[in-house]
Amino acid sequence: MSGEPFFDRAVVDALAARLARVSDDVGRQVTVMEVCGTHTHAIAAAGLRGLLPPGVRLISGPGCPVCVTPVDYLDRAIALGRRSEVILCTFGDLVRVPASRSSLEHERAHETDVRIVCSPRDALAIARENEDRTVVFLAVGFETTIPGIAAAIAEAEADGVSNFLVLPGGKLIEPPLRALMEDDEVGVDGFLLPGHVSVILGADFYRFVSDEFEVPAAIAGFTPADVMRALVAIVGQIRDGCARVQNLYARAVRPEGNLTAKALMARYFEPRDDRWRGLGTIPASGVALSPAVAWRDASWIPVDPGVPIEPHGCRCGEILKGVIEPRDCPLFAHACSPEHPVGACMVSSEGTCAAWYRHARMAVGGRA
Amino acid sequence: MRRNGRILLGHGAGGRLTSELVREAFVPAFDNRFLHTLSDSAVLDTLPAGRPALTTDGFVVDPPVFPGGDLGYLSVCGTVNDLSVAGARPLWLTFSLILEEGLETELLDTIVAGAARAAREAGIAIVAGDTKVVPRGKADRAFVVTSGLGVVPAQRELDDTRIRPGDRVIVTGPVGDHGATVLGERHGLQGDELRSDCRPLNALLESVWSSGLRVRAAHDPTRGGLATTCNETAARARARIVLDECSVPIRQETSAVCDLLGVDPLYLACEGRAVLFVDPADADDLVAALRRHPDGRESADIGWVAEGAGVVMQTRVGGEMPLDLLSGMDLPRIC
Repeated sequence: MSGEPFFDRAVVDALAARLARVSDDVGRQVTVMEVCGTHTHAIAAAGLRGLLPPGVRLISGPGCPVCVTPVDYLDRAIALGRRSEVILCTFGDLVRVPASRSSLEHERAHETDVRIVCSPRDALAIARENEDRTVVFLAVGFETTIPGIAAAIAEAEADGVSNFLVLPGGKLIEPPLRALMEDDEVGVDGFLLPGHVSVILGADFYRFVSDEFEVPAAIAGFTPADVMRALVAIVGQIRDGCARVQNLYARAVRPEGNLTAKALMARYFEPRDDRWRGLGTIPASGVALSPAVAWRDASWIPVDPGVPIEPHGCRCGEILKGVIEPRDCPLFAHACSPEHPVGACMVSSEGTCAAWYRHARMAVGGRA
Repeated sequence: MRRNGRILLGHGAGGRLTSELVREAFVPAFDNRFLHTLSDSAVLDTLPAGRPALTTDGFVVDPPVFPGGDLGYLSVCGTVNDLSVAGARPLWLTFSLILEEGLETELLDTIVAGAARAAREAGIAIVAGDTKVVPRGKADRAFVVTSGLGVVPAQRELDDTRIRPGDRVIVTGPVGDHGATVLGERHGLQGDELRSDCRPLNALLESVWSSGLRVRAAHDPTRGGLATTCNETAARARARIVLDECSVPIRQETSAVCDLLGVDPLYLACEGRAVLFVDPADADDLVAALRRHPDGRESADIGWVAEGAGVVMQTRVGGEMPLDLLSGMDLPRIC
């Protein structure tokens, strides 16, 4: 683990004390939303919520690509996988996500060839080794992951690897941020902006948050001290009645971002309207392959994914927006648990519902 | 069948090839008087005084050879350790192989040599075994099943229900090394320093039992790692286990592999570590005694037992993180 000072208890304690003072000055409870799966994980792993003053509520928004991938995307992936010539390649945590009638984990136990990869290039390597098969990479992820997929496509193009296809499921961060801020139901006072995505997009990218919506925000790294420092900054802005985007992860995030990655992404992908699990369709929030490589889109392979069935009674959408808490959902801890997840927020081990479920079990000393 | 050969279906058919395999590969490696009769059953000596303990385990590790061990070595250590943490002195093991047709005999030799080495280190005898060969594609190279018989001497009482709030939690070395090594091998993340902790623990634990220190219970945190073992123990003891993040020993190289793959070392298997629950008054003496033994040099006091339920970790920044049981497979995260 690098950056030991960022884990220093004295540093975190001092920041927590400062946050408590600033929060007292504000005089009401404020809600800060993080929109990045790695933040969700880092916050849970350090037990940071327990260190926050009562006046600061930290909630998880639609930042985990696995959580926001809609059910019809998985239905299509499953239908593709049932074709004997197809090898599905996927990031590991997608395999447990429930689709309408199955999941990749269940398909794998039957006939489907599902390979778990750590990088799109691993999928490309599998395509090279299996010239007689069609490799379909399940291309989910935000701007952090999309350039890597673009790089694999560029390599496949250069080397003429024609059996490497992708099922585009990439998402962009700006449209849901706008949708959340435009939604009157959502009461977010400030945003803890993602670290990895910001390395690609750059700090300047988020100006719309403060300029158009006047919402305080800070870009943060992933250590406990990083997160605490960002919260101090955001709550400080709320106290002072100002709104700007503070880059507190300047050791990795430049104002302009990673221009090479952005160029690669722009070359092989273009925005399209896209569905988000729990949030519905958001204009220009997803990516399609650009025309030159559109033939690598596995959506063109004719399959019957069936009619998508959204889990009945699941209120993930409202949870992702911070409108309700998991305990307000009728399925929470009854029909929906980490062992048998119904909704998106229970799927990823650090999703909002999964994190709540574990804390609830601890608190009552038994099953939630 | 020897050098550069391949395993054929006939090696598991019970005929000439099978007996050749047994005589050439197994008997010389596992050499002991019970094995030499090559009869239907090994007829053993009268058991020493105490209660017999019996255990069995299947081993399917991929890759079958990894830094610090191999499938054979692992399979004997695993069963020896299951007996040892129950307070038993391991005596006799069985060793059964399911091989895939076409397996290189060189790999089989490595596995058998590993098992023999572990048996020697643990001072136990492999007294019976079996070999089956399945058609190519019906198994992944080699699977091993070992069973072990041991004896728990009188007055040695180890039981999770004896664990009390206030007891300390001691681990005999860094956690997650085995799991990280195997995952690292699978993902091409080998490092010079990264190796499995696989080893027999009976000598180390025998020294603990004979020390007279008040150890309530012991477990080997194999599949599911330290976090899973603590969850199971907490449930049986009807208590809460609190771990201190700063005190849990984790090697830097293990931590690095886990960070890269998005897995938590607390959930990765150890194959040469024990977790001991001890009366708080004896905790320091136990750590000191363990550290004097070559297999326990990096032992540490990592937490305590409290009233309540479940497992939590006090993080190094002063927060609390629940350590729950894993749901399903342990998968790398992407975000």
